[in-house]
Amino acid sequence: MTTFDDPFDARYRLRSRGCSCGQHGSEAEHAAAQASEDARATRVVEGAVMRALFPHDATRRAFLSAVGAGTAFAAVNALFPLASATEVFAQGAKPEKTDLKVGFIPITCATPIIMAKPMGFYEKQGLNVEVVKTAGWAVIRDKAINKEYDAAHMLSPMPLAISMGVGSNPIPWTMPAVENVNGQAITLAVKHKDKRDPKDWKGMKFAVPFDYSMHNYLLRYYLAEAGIDPDRDVQIRAVPPPEMVANLRADNIDGFLAPDPVNQRAVYDGVGFIHMLSKEMWDGHPCCAFSASKQFVTEMPGTYQALLKAIIEATAFAQKAENRKEIAAAIAPTNYLNQPVTVVEQVLTGTYADGLGGVKKDPNRIAFDPFPWESFAVWILTQMKRWGQIKGDVDYAKVANDVFLATDAKRLMAEAGLTPPETTTKTFSVMGKPFDPTKPDEYVASFAIKRG
Amino acid sequence: MASSLTLRAGLLSLLIFAAFIGAWQWATLPTAGVAGNVDPEYAALVSGAAAQGAKSAFPTPADVAATLWGHLKDPFYVRGANDQGVGIQLAYSLGRVIVGYLLAAAVAIPLGFLIGMSPLTYRALDPFIQILKPISPLAWMPLALYTIKDSGISAIFVIFICSLWPMLINTAFGVASVRKEWLNVAATLEVGAFRKAFLVILPAAAPTIMTGMRISIGIAWLVIVAAEMLVGGTGIGYFVWNEWNNLSIGNIITAILLIGLVGMALDLALARAARLVAYRE
Repeated sequence: MTTFDDPFDARYRLRSRGCSCGQHGSEAEHAAAQASEDARATRVVEGAVMRALFPHDATRRAFLSAVGAGTAFAAVNALFPLASATEVFAQGAKPEKTDLKVGFIPITCATPIIMAKPMGFYEKQGLNVEVVKTAGWAVIRDKAINKEYDAAHMLSPMPLAISMGVGSNPIPWTMPAVENVNGQAITLAVKHKDKRDPKDWKGMKFAVPFDYSMHNYLLRYYLAEAGIDPDRDVQIRAVPPPEMVANLRADNIDGFLAPDPVNQRAVYDGVGFIHMLSKEMWDGHPCCAFSASKQFVTEMPGTYQALLKAIIEATAFAQKAENRKEIAAAIAPTNYLNQPVTVVEQVLTGTYADGLGGVKKDPNRIAFDPFPWESFAVWILTQMKRWGQIKGDVDYAKVANDVFLATDAKRLMAEAGLTPPETTTKTFSVMGKPFDPTKPDEYVASFAIKRG
Repeated sequence: MASSLTLRAGLLSLLIFAAFIGAWQWATLPTAGVAGNVDPEYAALVSGAAAQGAKSAFPTPADVAATLWGHLKDPFYVRGANDQGVGIQLAYSLGRVIVGYLLAAAVAIPLGFLIGMSPLTYRALDPFIQILKPISPLAWMPLALYTIKDSGISAIFVIFICSLWPMLINTAFGVASVRKEWLNVAATLEVGAFRKAFLVILPAAAPTIMTGMRISIGIAWLVIVAAEMLVGGTGIGYFVWNEWNNLSIGNIITAILLIGLVGMALDLALARAARLVAYRE
């Protein structure tokens, strides 16, 4: 289930995607049913409480089935004042500062951050936010560290890397919300249209947006599963997304694992075709993140909370399929993504041209879910370790806890007088291989191709 | 005779321009479609060229002229922080160049003067200057961002550091090579140090200093585009980057043309200024 589903509904699971009745069929109706954001705030708080009460999801579902949702709600409400907790969450503190700058990279992953501006989500929280387009990941990192931006769009591994001082000085950084899940793809040059098996990719040159990106880890994972050593058999370079299509066109690279709209743009210009969507490797993987320095979070809690609420509401709005066309039209202009509307629309609606003459439909090509599961952070750290980006022993759980949601969710909940949830992890599989966040070292050791 | 030479040169320029446009038009002629029957649903989702199984084409001269006209018609619009008219972008770039350049001049000319007057410091500082001079502006950028912690000031710093060296070297060289006879005359007349510097050395070295300043403004204008492409936000360099993002070659060519025109105007202005201080021996 997603963060916005009803935790008092026995049909949903709290901790994993792809449940029995599924987010597929009933998800859309369900989301549509939740009209107001008040209901959404209630859901977030209730969900957190239920997670706290029932660390084991099976227990919660058994409990709900046994006594019924109404009785369960009354029982929980007697223990926790849900109504007043929700109210505190919904009202928040007064922002200390209302003129903010938020940096973004012009890719569809930034959809919630961008659309919150033209569609008035920031305004509703009393914030005057300027969203600033930025040229590359290193620049957005430096500008965020330099406090030119109050908060920024980052790749989800970046807050971990910054906090640990990998590729920069260690600065406590937080990632209060994931922006999107899925939404990436492997695109190959049209001339490789007959080489669909990664085993044939030896000697090719690939681009990823940044060294510390899900793209890098997913591409390496995918290649390694096919027996291709990503460091020795192919070349992987960091290329800023806007330059990828130009490089593919010039034959400088053979393909890339990139964020959209870059993949769809390559198709639009007849330069490449979409080999596979990243969701086919790991459905529900995180990609980009909304991030801020720990200093901002602790020194301006009111502003931070208002900003986060705007982002969470925008994310929830973006998750609904029926809003996607409207969003595409809002974020495609020069001021934001600067792309043809049809390209952005194909990415968001999931009805897209594959570059080989076919039209494919996958409404979950990109999805929006703000909940930053700590297990995501642990997986990212295992991959950093696997490819030698971090050396020595890693306290996976601690780093994940410091940087990902836990910081925020726990703080928000503690403020609201609630007991923070015990678990913020879930298990998932990447290309069919299950990942247990409690055994990261074993996971790293289990790979045949790795560094160090 | 002179006017007829100008006329003939002008005609030749026009001819070269026409030949260039003609070649461009010829090179971008639409090619016949490769695939005949394309799924219309697919064709609606991709660009015209891609629907035909080809890569999207380079724009024709007419496309670019239309883009250029569109920008010139409305150069000062503001549609949000990330989308402003090309006139505003040029003004941002010019502002940065002028600030960085004037700061460099304020440092380089007095410093060059001192270095030029003392053969000892000239030789002592020479290795440093020679090493720092050829460093690319973009190499300075990460360092500037890291230490200055402000992207706007970093861009100005990069302009400053790159336009510093030609002015410094030329000033030092001009001052050092003032004719000995003039200095001797000044010494014989017991002219004070300040009067000697301002009334003898400065006018004598002025043409060389102006040459240095002219080289510097050219470099500063070259550098700003690269610097703005890197830090983004505003300026003509950001405009180029933003349109690159959109793979909009027409807009990029427009920007290139405008960058060239502004660069030429800056150079002409300094050439005029140089003529004011020129003298015949």
